[in-house]
Order: sequence, then structure tokens, then C-alpha cells
Amino acid sequence: MSFPDPQPHPAVPPAADVSRRSFLRTSAVLTAGLAALASSLRPLFEMDDFPSAERFMQKYYKELTPEEMAKVLRRIEGEVEKQYGIRPHVRDLRPMDGVEFVYALNLTRCIGCRKCVHACVQENNQSRDPEIQYIRVLRMPHGSLDIDKAEHNYAPESVPEKGYFYMPVQCQQCRNPPCVKVCPVHATWQETDGITVIDYDWCIGCRYCEAACPYWARHFNFAKPAIPKDRLNPEMAYLGNRPRLQGVMEKCHFCIQRTRAGRYPACLEVCPAGARKFGNILDPNSEVSYILRTKRVFIQLKEELGTSPRFFYYFDV
Amino acid sequence: MTRAIRNYLVFLRRCLGIAFVGDWRYYLWMGLLTVGCLLGLNAYAKQLAHGLIVTGMSDEVSWGVYIANFTFLVGVAAAAVMMVIPVYIYDNEELHDLVIFGELLAVAAILMCLAFVTVDLGRPDRFWHLIPGIGQLNFPASMLSWDVIVLNGYLLLNLHICGYLLYCRYQGRKPGRWFYIPFVFVAIVWAVSIHTVTAFLYVGLGGRPFWNSSIVGPRFLASAFTAGPAMIILALQIIRRITEYHITDKALLTLRSIVQVSMLINVFLLVNEVFKEFYSGNLHVASSRYLYLGLDGYHALVPWIWTAIVFNLVAMFLLVLPLSRSLRWLNLTCVLCIIGIWIEKGMGLVIPGFIPTPLGQVVEYRPSFNETLVCIGIWAFGLLSYTVFLRMSVPILQGRLARSNEGRGAEVASAAPASSPTRL
Repeated sequence: MSFPDPQPHPAVPPAADVSRRSFLRTSAVLTAGLAALASSLRPLFEMDDFPSAERFMQKYYKELTPEEMAKVLRRIEGEVEKQYGIRPHVRDLRPMDGVEFVYALNLTRCIGCRKCVHACVQENNQSRDPEIQYIRVLRMPHGSLDIDKAEHNYAPESVPEKGYFYMPVQCQQCRNPPCVKVCPVHATWQETDGITVIDYDWCIGCRYCEAACPYWARHFNFAKPAIPKDRLNPEMAYLGNRPRLQGVMEKCHFCIQRTRAGRYPACLEVCPAGARKFGNILDPNSEVSYILRTKRVFIQLKEELGTSPRFFYYFDV
Repeated sequence: MTRAIRNYLVFLRRCLGIAFVGDWRYYLWMGLLTVGCLLGLNAYAKQLAHGLIVTGMSDEVSWGVYIANFTFLVGVAAAAVMMVIPVYIYDNEELHDLVIFGELLAVAAILMCLAFVTVDLGRPDRFWHLIPGIGQLNFPASMLSWDVIVLNGYLLLNLHICGYLLYCRYQGRKPGRWFYIPFVFVAIVWAVSIHTVTAFLYVGLGGRPFWNSSIVGPRFLASAFTAGPAMIILALQIIRRITEYHITDKALLTLRSIVQVSMLINVFLLVNEVFKEFYSGNLHVASSRYLYLGLDGYHALVPWIWTAIVFNLVAMFLLVLPLSRSLRWLNLTCVLCIIGIWIEKGMGLVIPGFIPTPLGQVVEYRPSFNETLVCIGIWAFGLLSYTVFLRMSVPILQGRLARSNEGRGAEVASAAPASSPTRL
């Protein structure tokens, strides 16, 4: 790489040295270069989910007019039908006025059976391979709330086990959510009913929210989600359980497709111990209002971080 | 006006042309880098098709070697300013022309940064969501949106300063002070800001105690101002050797004193951090314990971080000793600094932040082969860019590529057909 200089200031010969030899050589190099470039890009042909122009250009959720939203929902229904052979019912459910959802979980009752985990996977069309789960049940030694002592992969013959209690953790639906603050493109936000949602069609997949979340509630689609056709839940919501794309984030959304239509979340319905309570905190007669009013102690996980969760753990005292 | 545009296009064409001309060693070097780029491109194409599953990352450790290299390279880019300060604030003449080489390094480093961030995205097709106006840039709440702005701004600033100075030199006229001095001063502040903002990216996360510490920012700057000038010392010597461009030893020794002071501060801050973490012994020490000692039988990073610490300490002693005034020792020191800080500010900073997870699980991370190839590709691309920048700028600074000899090149070549056309 040396450019020795025989004369003090000779001119540089221009690159376009039009002798035939150099022309042939240039063409040969150019052809070889383009061939190498093309072959290095070959794996792109294995891509089966190339974004259509319509999807590529799709506007931000909050900027879609009702007509545009209707079109988007039909497009999604078409895409799901094409892939799974089932025509789903995809809705854009909006938050209800005068509703703020809150979850309360009774640590005295939870037996650690993980039925909630699997009901959630089924309800929310989560990828089975690679596996994504919104709820992680922690087995904790008696007497300590130190999460570093938690066992994630406990697998006894039967639950509950002596000397332990169980703490299911999912999105805490913070009032002050760190994930929303850090998202560089507003792809995740808090709705008026307190649910933090993700626009899967807007997320760029930087995973900054995953780093920011203190509850490990956010999950990334490292590959194209795989859901068995016969297990697909066709009752879907745009901000909820519609199948996700490769390369975007997802998280617990309090089963938006159920709760905004007046039903309980799937994890609550399946719980055999009655440990899970869900409802509208703005309604003084709701079960959760009663619990938070009457229980002597309840816990917001990692309260010291100032995230102010809408998910409360309590005990039968 | 059209004449000015025409002149500028001629300038660009000649610069581009010269990038394809050199001796066999130049072709070999550029050929190797091109192969590296293509390997990386191929690996990235695989990642695009199959998703980030082809990397070693997981929901537990959701950032890896891409973001680690990004963080290190932001530091390298920021460090270019450490050559600018002596020149423009203290009128150090020794470094005057060399500033351009430093700023070109910054440009190459920023290009690599942008590439590393892009390959880390799950949906790079949606990059336009970041563009204000058509997208939804979450400014000023998200530190990542700040990073997008400061990195691109820094790229433009440096491109302007280098491009303007080089074009003036090419035309043989004196640069107008108002066209670049204000930008130089903005760039000085801006350089500090790019690394501070990148540090804040981590510091702002309350749920990650390993990062959520006010010392991370100062340590970022100290380590950047060590590794960056160390890289420039090595680059300048390579330039001096292969291009006969005159660079004095005094200039190199000025840079040495910058590296010296920065390394002392860096090690001092490291001591502060380690003391605070381990002496108080609270529960948040788990990540540091994983990094330095291993946790629950997992210790993938332990040999790496101790290598970094040993390299940094040895480099610090060498820098303090007069021994490192000899170039051979100085070069060794620089290599130790660069490797030490690459480990410490790369993997040593990013990975322990994720271990244990916020729910206390210890899952280790190891970059996959494909991921490593992508990294190699981006480094090759960065070196390729820097080589091309130097290939263009050195003859301009030497006055061999100038307006005055436009078109004369053809005459010289036809008059002496025997001389190798690949030579300058």
C-alpha cells in the first residue's frame, strides 16, 4: 500500500485510463464483484415473509382513520387466513370510559401449577417455537421476597411444595412505565384503561424496552412465531392477540380482546386456586377495589423503582 | 453556479477514481476487506431471512456483541475531538493537518456505529419510523432518539469539516474561517455529547442496577479518550510509513500525553466503581459479581474482564514510565489500551447488565458464528471506508491531487506509457 513519489508534484493519472487492457480488466473485476455481491445476498430468497408495500407503508396506529383501520383489519384477517386456513375475527377494541384495570394476586393461594402460563399461551396465540410466555411463575423460599433467590425451572411431582411459596410475574401495567418512555418510535404506550399496548406493525425491534423493563415482562420474536393451526384462537384484537411478526416485541396486555369486551383474562379464568382477581379500580364496588381497601398489606413488585404497578400481590392475613 | 457544481463534481470524480488506484499491496488489502464485507453481508442476509434467532441473543440477554461494538465505536468517534482541542484551543501546530485524519476516523467509526445499530434491529425495514415528520421519533423522552440525532449530527458535522477543508486544499485556496471554525467548536461539544448520550442510554434504566450508576458516563468518556487517541497514534504511523506523509514524532507524543491522562482517570474511576459495588455488599452486586468473579457457577466473562484489567493496568504503567516515549513501546501500549477498552466498554459493559435477569435468572450469552461474521463484516467495512478516505485525502494534503493539475494526469500518462498506471 505504498505510493512512492518519484517527482516532487506529479499529477495523478485519471482513473479512466482508456486502454483496452484496463477496460477488460475493469469489466472483469466489476463482473466478479457483482457476482460475489449477488451470491452473498442469496439467503434473502429464503425469506417467506417479505413485507408487502401495503404493510410497509402502514401508518401509525393513532393516525389511522376508522376507514383505514377497517382496511388494515381486513388485511390482517386475510393474512392470518392465508397462513392458518382459519378466517379470524380481528377487532380494534378501544378502552372503555371510566375504567382502569387492576390485577390483584393472592400469594397465599397460588399453588404454582402454571395453568395460567399455558392458558395465556393458548389465548394469546403465543409462539410455541421458539417458546414465548407472558407469565413466569417463581418458586420462592419461605420468608423472602428476594427475587434473586427465585427458582424458575422447578419441576416437582406435585405442587405446592413444603417450604416454598409461588409468585407469578407478568406485565405489571405500570402507571409510570419505563418501557414506554424508552421506545424511540412511540410503538408502545399506555391506554386510558391502564393497559400498556404495542403496535406490532410499528415496532422496529430495537429491544430497548426489553432492557428497560424491571419485570422481564417484554418478549421479542427472535424468529417467525410458530402456532399450530388447530390451536389458533380466532377471536383477535389489533393491539392484543393477533399473530405477531418476526422481529417485534410483545407482552401481556391483560387479554385486551377479552377484558375490553367484558370478560375476565384467561389466566384468571383458569386459576384453580382462585388466587387471581381482576377488575375496575374506578368502580368502588369491584372486587379489586374491595381487596385494596381492606387488605392490611399488599405488595407492588420493586416499588422502590417508582414504576407504580397496577398489579398487586396480597396475602390472606 | 453551474461552474462551481461542475468543479465540485470533477473533484468528487477524481477522488473516487483515485480510490481504485494503488500498488499490489493496496489491492490485496482492499481485496481482503471486500471479502470481509461480503462475508458479513451474507451473514446479515441470513439474519434478515430467519430473524435474530441466528444470533446468540435471547429474551434473557437481549443485546449482545452488536451493541457492545456500537458502544465502543461511539467512543472512538468521540475521541477524534481530542485532537481538535489542542489544535484550535491551544494552537498546537504539530497536530494541525492531522486533525483531518482524526475526523475521518470519526466518520468511519460513526458509519460502523450506524451499521451495528441497524443489524441489531428486528425490523430494519421500518427504520423510517425514526424519521421526524414521516415517523414518530420519541424525542426527547427516549434516549435512543437522542442517540439517533446526535450520531447523525456528528456524522454530518465531521463530513462537513473534513470535506470543506479538503476541497479548499484541493482548490489551492485558504479556507474561510467562518465556514468551518464555528463547526469545529460545535463538533467539540457534540463529540462529548455523543458519548454522554450513549452512556445515558444505559444509565437511564432504573431496573438494571449495573448500568443505573452515575459513574458510567464519566467512565465512558475516560475510556473513549484513551482508546480513541491510541487508535489514532497507530493510524498516523501507518499513514507515515506507507504514504511518505510527514508526521512528526512530537505530534505522536502529544497524543501520548492525552492517552496517559485519560488512562489514569479511567483506572481511577474503575477503582471507584469496584469499591462501591463490593465493599457495601448489597444485593445489587450480582451483575458485578458475575462479571468479575462469576455467579452460581457461570463465569463466561471472567477471563475476559481480567484480561482487560491486566491490559489496562500494564498500559497505565507503561504510559507513566518514560519508556513509552519510544515508539515501539508506545505502540505496544496503544494496542493494550485498545484491546483492554474494547473488552471493558463492549461486552464487559453490555452483557453483565442483563445477568442476572430482573427476575433473578442467570442465563449466559455467547455470540453465534453468524453474529461474529456480521461483526467482522462491519469492521471490514469500517476499515475499508477509512482506507478510502485516507487514499483520497493524503494526496490532496500533499498537493498531488489538486485543481492545478486537473486534466494533466492524462498527458503524463500518455507521455510515459511504460510507467505503471496503478502507481501515483
